[in-house]
Amino acid sequence: MNANASGCMENDERIHLVIDIVAKHKNSKGALIPILHEVQGLYGYLPVEAQEIIAKEMNVPISEVFGVISFYSFFSLNPKGKHRVSICMGTACYVKGSGPILDKLKETLEIGVGETTADGEFTLEDCRCLGACGLAPVLTINGKVFGRLTKDDIPVIIEGCKTEDGGIVQ
Amino acid sequence: MITVTINNKVCQAEVDQTILQVATDNGIHIPTLCHMDGIHDSFSCRICVVEVVGARTLIPACAGKVADGMVVNTATESVLSARRNIVNLLLSNGEHNCLSCEKSGECSLQSIAYELGIEAPPFIMESIEKPTVDNSSVMIVRDNRKCILCRRCVTACNDIVCNDVLSLGFRGSDTTVICDNNIDMGASSCVQCGQCVQACPVGALTDKKSIGKARSWEVTKVRTTCPYCGVGCQLNLHMKGDKIVKVTGVEDAYPNKGRLCVKGRYGYDFIYSPERLTSPLIKENGKFREASWDEALDLVANKFKEIIATDGPDAVGGISCARSINEDSYQMQKLFRAAFKSPNIDHCARVCHAPTVAGLIKSFGTGGMTNSIEEFAETNCLFVIGSNMTEAHPIASTFVKNGQRNGAKLIVVDPRKAKLADYADEFAQIKVGSDVAFLNGLMNVLITEDLYDKDFVRDHCDNFEALKEKVLEYPPKRASEISGVSEEQIISIARMMADNKPGMAIYTLGITEHTCGTNNVMSVANLQMLLGNVGKPNAGVNPLRGQNNVQGACDMGALPNVYHGYQSVTDPAAKAKFEKAWNVEGLPDKLGLMIPDMFEKLETKEMKAIYIFGENVVGTEPDISHVIKCLEAAEFVVCNDIFQTETTQYADVVLPAAAWSEDEGTFTNCERRISRVRKVKEAPGIAKPNWWIFREIAKRFGQTWAADSGQELWDNEIAPLAPFFAGATFDKLDQGGIQWPCSTPEDPGTQILHLDGNFTHGKGHLMALDWTPPAEVPDADYPFTLSTGRRLYHYHTRTQTGRCEGLNELLPEEYADISEVDAKRLGIEHGEMIIVKSRRGTVKVKAQVSERIPEGLVWMAMHYFENNANWLTTRSGDTITKTPEYKACAVAIEKIQ
Ligand code: SF4
Ligand code: SF4
Ligand code: SF4
Ligand code: FES
Ligand code: FES
Repeated sequence: MNANASGCMENDERIHLVIDIVAKHKNSKGALIPILHEVQGLYGYLPVEAQEIIAKEMNVPISEVFGVISFYSFFSLNPKGKHRVSICMGTACYVKGSGPILDKLKETLEIGVGETTADGEFTLEDCRCLGACGLAPVLTINGKVFGRLTKDDIPVIIEGCKTEDGGIVQ
Repeated sequence: MITVTINNKVCQAEVDQTILQVATDNGIHIPTLCHMDGIHDSFSCRICVVEVVGARTLIPACAGKVADGMVVNTATESVLSARRNIVNLLLSNGEHNCLSCEKSGECSLQSIAYELGIEAPPFIMESIEKPTVDNSSVMIVRDNRKCILCRRCVTACNDIVCNDVLSLGFRGSDTTVICDNNIDMGASSCVQCGQCVQACPVGALTDKKSIGKARSWEVTKVRTTCPYCGVGCQLNLHMKGDKIVKVTGVEDAYPNKGRLCVKGRYGYDFIYSPERLTSPLIKENGKFREASWDEALDLVANKFKEIIATDGPDAVGGISCARSINEDSYQMQKLFRAAFKSPNIDHCARVCHAPTVAGLIKSFGTGGMTNSIEEFAETNCLFVIGSNMTEAHPIASTFVKNGQRNGAKLIVVDPRKAKLADYADEFAQIKVGSDVAFLNGLMNVLITEDLYDKDFVRDHCDNFEALKEKVLEYPPKRASEISGVSEEQIISIARMMADNKPGMAIYTLGITEHTCGTNNVMSVANLQMLLGNVGKPNAGVNPLRGQNNVQGACDMGALPNVYHGYQSVTDPAAKAKFEKAWNVEGLPDKLGLMIPDMFEKLETKEMKAIYIFGENVVGTEPDISHVIKCLEAAEFVVCNDIFQTETTQYADVVLPAAAWSEDEGTFTNCERRISRVRKVKEAPGIAKPNWWIFREIAKRFGQTWAADSGQELWDNEIAPLAPFFAGATFDKLDQGGIQWPCSTPEDPGTQILHLDGNFTHGKGHLMALDWTPPAEVPDADYPFTLSTGRRLYHYHTRTQTGRCEGLNELLPEEYADISEVDAKRLGIEHGEMIIVKSRRGTVKVKAQVSERIPEGLVWMAMHYFENNANWLTTRSGDTITKTPEYKACAVAIEKIQ
């Protein structure tokens, strides 16, 4: 089928809310970021359908919408889990072995970077230098820092999250 | 003028120039990567840095403006070291392998590395997300490992062709070029025009069809003209031996300024198809057998002689070809008039723009586009009616989109919400066939609100009172009832046009292919005259002609009423002139038959023989069953073609012709621009140029025609015998296209017709016109309106595009587009096979449910034979030119149970 084809959009009530949000901001300069902000508030992330509506309603290419979303780490393309596990890939951490730790995280959680576990518990992310190079390699879970990691720490930390109060290492 | 010193050389410069421009003008090389001349201002790569004496930092030459007395050094150690750093970073960030890279030899990164003496990246950067290769689209490979993030592709896609697919996504070292919301190119909204490929300075974007075909230094470039639509884009054929290995747009050439669409860029390989006709074919006992030229030509000549002797010259007719070169069409009409003494010569403009020629001659005196495509980008208002430009004339549409983004108001009027409507300030979803009522409504507002150009009308037009009286019968309320466009919108469009002048009206077959086609054309002309939008830059009436050379075939006199250059066959002076020039007596001085009449006369046996050059009439004329019946009734059918088609099946003799790129000649695009078409290979087998074939037949009628090449035909006959082309010699055309009229050797050609309101026939003629409905309107049995057209990835019946690698993949089958409302009501799913039937035929076709289609409309194309729209279309034609009403007939649709 050619590019003129269009599928029907899921009839989701939130779609109308997205349209309303766009309408509210549309005419102010630099409206895209506040719009994305509010829509993310609505869904918890920015689903493809919402991106499409925003692009259409604002009459901007969808590539531009995506460009902005992907530029700011604040915006998320996927639903987020309860625990956001973020491993530092900055130079210091990388040199100190954050690569193998990331592999271990993938193995333990059975997901890739940017993905969320099926039970909605964990989202795995990577990030740039957190300014805690002294503790390299470093990861954070919902902002809480875990440093000087070894591969063996990973299952313990993850299990700790599940038992709510969290087994804080060091 | 100011003075700048670059590398100790004193250079003259203009105040607004950049350092780069001045250096280039003075033969001083400064490397660039991200810079695109005159287009973008993001200056991201900084490879072009130079030292400006007195400045604290190095200055990018592509952005830095010159100042009087400025002293610039382009190759000091600090400059070179900065450049080395940049190149080292780029090399180490990616994976560059010049050994196998398609771009090797013309890669900007490679040559800069070479200039700087860099042999290999001094270090390798590890990135977390390895860049990948996107091989998902049909025509383009994206190798992000080689991407240097210069953004040129993004600029090309968004700012030049305005397809808005590409952007940069993510950030820092993860930054990458994305398609739409970071999906594969093959799944994205990309239309595979390849403009991004042409813009990429490195090997990150490549044309898939060219991979492995040639190293850049093995190819020579030959400039020619695109063989598809009437835009007439200029192409560079990249030749290795006699093989086209790649096609690029000629930068700085008119009309396309380097741009090409998917067909122009990737639709070249049909000429190499093994299915090409290589020998004359004669049908015996229902089967074709190969024959020599002498045998085949003798048979054709004898058969025509015999029929002319017994039934007279009116019993033969010819259909010329709007895809072949001017010289061929000229030669065919000469064959009919001078050798056969038959007036019956026509061509497929009959089925598209005959109303344009007739209507504009009546309104203005000349039947061509008044202005030029480049002006679309400069005007203040674009009124586009009945034109699916983004698919049918893609490169013309890019200039319209540029115009809109440059601030022009864009008004799109169409029954379908065609792609261009997405860019429009006003989109009026008009009912099929209601154009005159709608246009009269606009003019009503202009007159009643006193918004029309009174000076222009008084000084340059006649018949205003009659027009006024007529359009006063169409107040917005009535216009709205007929056209389905709201009264408010009619009023606001009229005001928008009056407030934004000059403005250009652009139309295509949505205007002409109606029983009121000529009236529609004259109505558009009325509107523009009323606004004073004629005879000046960035204005005018601008029909986009369908085929690459349909303007030319008209210009060459392949029409039943005129010799070439629009010299009337009924004018005794013209007759005498051509009798003398052609050294013949008794040229026919009456009007010949138009194509629809030829078919009817074949059916009634009043016409016995038909000579069809190029056109696949069985697929393109309306009501296919009828066309077949007529061809079967013919006593003798001859076809010149490059392939067997649905039409050649009915021929008695098929003559194999040289195709595009196998002969030297000219095409004339919709802007009246005559451009050269060049030969890069021999025709296959013993196939011959069409002009040669016609000449050999004339020889058998006792006529010796001297011209022995396209150039001789043009320079010795076509140009000298028609004032419109007299000054456009082949040598001059070799320097670049020329827009006719061009009457003297000094004449540079005519970009704008009727300058200052001086119309060819004195005053512009305003016509009082009434709206008339289509011949066949929906009723209880056939409750839908069928409208037809073309889609982006194919051209007409696919004789050419169907034999180009990749295009069938991009559009593998025919669809019937229907509205969401009708689909729901009839329980039809997107992609489901349905039946569409009219009073003339029935086809099974896949339904494409689209929000772009209004309720009650079915829209189809004519690309695939089994479910070609022309099984259904009506033969009812324009009252003046007989152009069939392809845009409206009544059909029913059914779910297959
Ligand atoms: S091929 Fe054309 S539409 Fe597709 S991304 Fe490149 S420039 Fe844009
Ligand atoms: S793909 Fe080519 S043109 Fe596009 S950013 Fe990369 S290097 Fe530049
Ligand atoms: S726009 Fe027309 S002339 Fe230009 S490349 Fe495409 S088909 Fe050829
Ligand atoms: S590199 Fe990881 S915290 Fe700085
Ligand atoms: S070429 Fe000047 S900044 Fe890229």
